[in-house]
Order: sequence, then C-alpha cells, then structure tokens
Amino acid sequence: MATTTVTTAPKYWSGGKSPFNVEYGKLMMWCFLMSDAFTFGAFLIAYGTTRFATSGWPNPNEVFQSFPGLGPGYPLLFVSLMTFILIISSVTMVLAVQAGHQMKKKAVVVNLILTIIGGLAFLSCQAWEWTHLHSEGAWWGSNPFPNADGTAATTNFTNFFFTITGFHGFHVFSGVIINVVMLIMTLTNVFEKKGHYLMIEKAGLYWHFVDLVWVFVFTCFYLI
Amino acid sequence: MEHTTAIHHDEHAGGGTKEIIKVTVILSVLTVVELALGFWMMKLEAGTSLVHAIKGTIVILMLAKAFYIVGYFMHLKHELRNLIMTIVVPLLLFVWFIIAFLYDGNSYKELRNNYNPYYKEKSLEKAPLKKEEHEEKKPAVE
Repeated sequence: MATTTVTTAPKYWSGGKSPFNVEYGKLMMWCFLMSDAFTFGAFLIAYGTTRFATSGWPNPNEVFQSFPGLGPGYPLLFVSLMTFILIISSVTMVLAVQAGHQMKKKAVVVNLILTIIGGLAFLSCQAWEWTHLHSEGAWWGSNPFPNADGTAATTNFTNFFFTITGFHGFHVFSGVIINVVMLIMTLTNVFEKKGHYLMIEKAGLYWHFVDLVWVFVFTCFYLI
Repeated sequence: MEHTTAIHHDEHAGGGTKEIIKVTVILSVLTVVELALGFWMMKLEAGTSLVHAIKGTIVILMLAKAFYIVGYFMHLKHELRNLIMTIVVPLLLFVWFIIAFLYDGNSYKELRNNYNPYYKEKSLEKAPLKKEEHEEKKPAVE
C-alpha cells in the first residue's frame, strides 16, 4: 500500500457503486452459495457415478421405512415429514425477510422464531433417523442392507448417505445458528438502528439454499 | 458500511404475500406429486422402462422445485439480469458434469461386467440372510 498513489479513485471495485443493484454482502452470499452448490453437486455426482458403476444397489424403500413410534413398514413417510418441515421453515423465512422490508420488527421476530423451530425440528428428525440406522448396523464403512435384487451390497450406499446427509445437516445446523444470531440482533434493535433489515435477507438466502439442497438430496437418496 | 444504505432495496418488482402463498402451494403440490410417484414406483418391478420414466419425471419435478425456490424465495428472478447470469451461467457446467460422470460410471460397470468374470461372479452372490431378521419386525424404538 504505497502512500504515493492517488487515493481519489479506488483501483478495485469496493461496493461503493452497485453494478448489480444489490449490496456487497448479498452479492458475496450469492458467490458463496454458488461455490457451495458446486460442493454439493460434486458430492451428488460422485454418488451418482458410483451408483451407475455398481451392478446392484439397496432399495431406499427397504432402508428408510421406519417412523418414530410406528416402527418399520412405512417407507417414504418420515422423509416426507422432514421435507415438509424444511419447506415450511423456508416459507416462514421468506415472511421474515418480507417483514424486514416493511420494518415490522414484531413480525420479523415471530417468523424468525418459527424458522428456528423448523430448523431444530428437521435436525431432530435427522438425529432420530441416524440413530435408528446406526442401531440397525448402518454407519460409515458398514452396510447391513442388501441390494434390491438380494445380492451382497458394498458399503458405498451408507458411506454416501451419511456423508451427504451429514454435510447437509451441518449446513442446517449452521443455518439455525445464523438465524439465532439474526434473532438476537433483531431483539437488541441492531437493525432498527441501522434503518434496514438487509442482514436478514442474506441469512434468508443461506436458509433457502439449505432447503434447495435438501430437494436434491431427498430426490437422489430417498425417491430415485 | 455507509454505502449499503444507498441501495434502494424495496423497489423490486414482484414479491408480496400473494406470491409467497402461490409458491408455497406450488412447492407443496410438486412434493406431493413426487411422493405419489414414489409410492407408485414401489409397486412396480425395478428396472423397467416405466420405472425409468417415473424417475425422469421425478428429476424434472425436482428441477421445477429448485426453480421456484431460487427464483422466488431467493428472489433471483427479480434481480438484474447481470446478477442472474453471473449465478446461473457457471452452474451450466453441471450439465457436462452430470452427463460425463454418469456416462463414465456406466461404462465402467459395463466393462467390468463384460471383461472381469470374477467381478461379475462376485456381484451375483446373494447376501447372507441375517440371523436377527425376525427381531427386526418388532418396532425398533430408540
């Protein structure tokens, strides 16, 4: 940083003028989400490649068929519940962002709390499912489920399942933490003093991305 | 951070509670259709062309859901075209990724099944039946 250079015109764009009409943080959030999309995409494509390269594969309807309190025999039911929890929490997040635009603090707080509850509910569901699968003998490097045609399966299925849903669950967890921080900042009037709730919008982008990833994970692991 | 306040953010087109409700309904309906197809698929024999067609339909529905989440919930549809292009064009790489990698995986499987008799024999071995199979019928509550 030589002091002799002229300081009137900055050499690099520093967010002063917005070429995309979004503030700096939001643009950076989009960039981060794009890179994160490539990370998840790489995971899912690795899963798909392995599945295409393997002769047999476990039937998801035989693996994921338990519901808490009901026992086995209910394929797709529990994962439908998880999917709807995440969609609804995404909706409450949109409502929180919208309330932020209108500077309605109370509505922001209510919707953020609902979003956090949704996130925690999803994490609890996932914790139950992982515990249940673990009790059946499934874990990284251990696959008790045979292929759909009855042949012996490799551990690829459980390895990919736990890695990808684990990575997604970690994103949900960080999203809940971010939303809790947003809630605290709202309650302490940080955004009121700033005059805008744009920070909620960035947290919202992250939260919707988590929901978006689940759409893909849900389809690739449970449906197809 | 003075510059952030200079952006007039509430002057977007679209938005509003009506749109949120509409998108919520669309997402729920798409999910229900996906699940219905999933339940239908359970009753069918695996590997038939009908099952493949259903799986293709589910993937298309999945992409439609992704469009609604990104376009409306993440508001990308109402941003400037420059921003949309910046985000969407790099993601087009996925088209090549998916085609190339899945094709490669499939060709590896074909090669092994055709030219590696040991692999083929191993892959046709039945899994040993588990001893505690009858115990699993009980509701396993953790």
